[in-house]
Amino acid sequence: MSEANGGPAATGEARTAPLILLVDDFQDNREMYAEYFGYFDFRVVEAANGIEALEKAFDETPDVVIMDLSLPGMDGWEATRRLKNDPRTKKVPVIALTGHALAGHSKGARDAGCDAFVAKPCLPEKLLEEVRRLLAASAASGKSRPASRRGAEPRR
Amino acid sequence: MARTITFPTLQRASANAASESKLALLEFLLASEDPAECAQHSVDWLGEHTDAAEILCAVVDGEHKRLVGIAGYGVMPSRLADFSIDLEEREHPLVAALRGSQPVVFDPEATGREHPRGLQPGDESALFLAAPLVGTEPKSELHPGVIVATPISPATARSVRWIAAVLGRRIARLLTLHAFLDNQQRLRRERALLYSIINNVSDPIMLTDTEGRLLIANARAEALFATTDEESEGRRRAVAMNNMLFSAALSQRALDEGGEPSRRELLLVDPNEGSDLLFELMSAAANDPREGTGVVSILRNVSDLRRATEEIEENYRKLRVAEANVRAERDRLDLIIDSVADPILVTDPTGNIVLMNAPAERLFTVPESPTDAAARAVRANDAHFSSFVSNLFLAGTELRWRGEFGLVDPASGNAVPFEAISGKILSEHGEVTAVVTILHDRAEAIEKAKLYEQVKRASVELEEKVHEATAELVRQNELLRRQRIELEQASALKTQFLANMSHEFRTPLNAILGYTSMLLQGISGELSPSQKKSLSRVDSNAHHLLSIINDILDISRIEAGRMPLHLSEFRLADLIAEVIAESEPLIARTRLEVSTRVPPSLPPSRSDRPKVKQIVLNLLTNALKFTPSGSVSIEVTHDEARDRIAISVRDTGIGIADGDQKKVFEDFQQVDNSPTREYGGTGLGLSICRRLALMLGGEIRLQSRVGVGSTFTFEFPRRARRKA
Repeated sequence: MSEANGGPAATGEARTAPLILLVDDFQDNREMYAEYFGYFDFRVVEAANGIEALEKAFDETPDVVIMDLSLPGMDGWEATRRLKNDPRTKKVPVIALTGHALAGHSKGARDAGCDAFVAKPCLPEKLLEEVRRLLAASAASGKSRPASRRGAEPRR
Repeated sequence: MARTITFPTLQRASANAASESKLALLEFLLASEDPAECAQHSVDWLGEHTDAAEILCAVVDGEHKRLVGIAGYGVMPSRLADFSIDLEEREHPLVAALRGSQPVVFDPEATGREHPRGLQPGDESALFLAAPLVGTEPKSELHPGVIVATPISPATARSVRWIAAVLGRRIARLLTLHAFLDNQQRLRRERALLYSIINNVSDPIMLTDTEGRLLIANARAEALFATTDEESEGRRRAVAMNNMLFSAALSQRALDEGGEPSRRELLLVDPNEGSDLLFELMSAAANDPREGTGVVSILRNVSDLRRATEEIEENYRKLRVAEANVRAERDRLDLIIDSVADPILVTDPTGNIVLMNAPAERLFTVPESPTDAAARAVRANDAHFSSFVSNLFLAGTELRWRGEFGLVDPASGNAVPFEAISGKILSEHGEVTAVVTILHDRAEAIEKAKLYEQVKRASVELEEKVHEATAELVRQNELLRRQRIELEQASALKTQFLANMSHEFRTPLNAILGYTSMLLQGISGELSPSQKKSLSRVDSNAHHLLSIINDILDISRIEAGRMPLHLSEFRLADLIAEVIAESEPLIARTRLEVSTRVPPSLPPSRSDRPKVKQIVLNLLTNALKFTPSGSVSIEVTHDEARDRIAISVRDTGIGIADGDQKKVFEDFQQVDNSPTREYGGTGLGLSICRRLALMLGGEIRLQSRVGVGSTFTFEFPRRARRKA
């Protein structure tokens, strides 16, 4: 259930579209975002926990990671920390996503190395906006890969 | 003693021979200066040249008391030595003969008297011739001596008269000479004796003339007043000073009239020692017809006397002081003993009371107006006391004895318990001289002990009660502590539960809202208008649910103290504009006239910007919600005096009744609890606003009239202070 769900994205320039790693243990949410991003020509890889997220990230090297922080087993903070400490993935922007709105969560997320923080409930269009912003920032930093750059404006 | 003396007989003598012998005798008499020798020569001549057998010459002695023999012829030397007649025997023929100028003849028998001693004529009938020695200048009534001869013949009588005359003149002269010489020698001796006496007197004695010149001085006086040039300068000066002082004293005396010997004190200097000497000067005028008037002065050294006097006075004074001290000490002791409240008694070894203080007197002496009871009490007390003191004597070597007994107060008749301590007072030899006893009234002590016992009991009871109460308190405290912990845990649990719940709510809401949004965006294909309308309702209610969850979360955060203040500097005008912009969709829908007024001169504020914004947004939303028609205005004013900001949101809405005005700030309260509008609200908005306003040091006030409109005013300090 990875790229097959891409829908419209799979039909487009699959090789060059930005790859999003979606990590969330709640399947409905994960699939809802995956469908939405797929509709907007992103490639989406899904993971249901921290371990799986790390494996997928090292295998696929996504352009953006959307990380739910509350995960069974290894949680989102730890997974983020490992991604940021690994040379293969440390440049990949991570958007933290959490249903916990208590103070301290956003700070902990930034400390773990998250590049953005979004509170649940988060409408898909809001999340899309955040992803685009981060991709643009990566491109502007000059170190972004050509693939990402091409897939950055799928629907302009 | 009758004895016959035989004289050699002179036979005869020629005229020439007689003349020559007379001449020889005269020459001898002139040559000799010894009266006895002259007298012996004369009587020897008479014995040789006359018939007289016994011849005796006697002269008046130097004292004119007696007639004593000095020479004899035919007389035993022993008889001559014994010859002595008292001149007072005036009737004695020889004494009588001394008064006359002619020789007298007397018969010893006729006189009826004894023969004068030394004249014992051999012949009982013989007469005696007594011829006085007639001096040339008879000074006194008596002639200087007499010659007695026997027997007598005319020739003998003539010779005797001649001899008496010749010898008389010579003897008289010699006697006078001898007397003079004797006198002079005696005077010299007496003078020497006098000087020796004077010099031996330890007091200085002086005779001075009227001008004060020293005429006679004894050795002691010379030591003080006389000096020679060889002596030391100091001594000479001292002597000069003494002379001056002495003269001054004498002249002072001269001023005092009267011949009485005067006494005065005179301070002189010892020329040898240099020390002061105090003398008593006694001086008297001495009148001498030849020497004139002088002054005799005797100085008596009274230095030692005065020192002794002073010492005696000092000793006497010390004695007086000591005596006064002793008296004062005794008085004080008496006072102390009397002032002791406890009775004190002193008894002698036989048990008699010799001394007691006033408190003791009250117990052991019969009062002035005695009653029978009082007298009995005193007797009983005496008996008790005596038996107690006897314990001490029975105790042997013990020096103290302590005991308790009851006495009766004679004045009141009350029995008084006493504690008594007796002590022996021993002399140097260890004999008991007295016993001192001190009595102490135990009534008070007994009473105190009783009270103390009561107090102790009460104290113990009290302590038990306090212990109980304390234990109860501890139990209660422990209970409270546990309850508090439980409450804290419950509160924490509640907060945690709400946080968890909100998270649990959000996760499914996320899917609902997400899918609804996707559907409404047409991502899953076009929807029919009816489907779209239904989906909008789902979306709206999901949002409402979300806002309820958010509000609950806000309240639980505030209550748990997990809503920190983030102070920053901002402009209220910007904030109001943002609120209007965010509310634009809502405003557009209501078609109400919305106006804002912010003073342009308003200085920047410092507060928690998001919270201020949340409050204003909430108030505006409420105003829009409950205002069917008319206008809504936001006005900002600045109270410069108190430096407080007031943001008033005024509407022309339905208004709130007076009775409901408080209710609107409570949790989950709306005037109409059924959401009538599209954005019905949770009923938590104002309650959260009130809490946030409090956090910012401000408040929210409400003015409203039903049917006219409401004004909510949020007032807060322009510059917030972080709370401690």
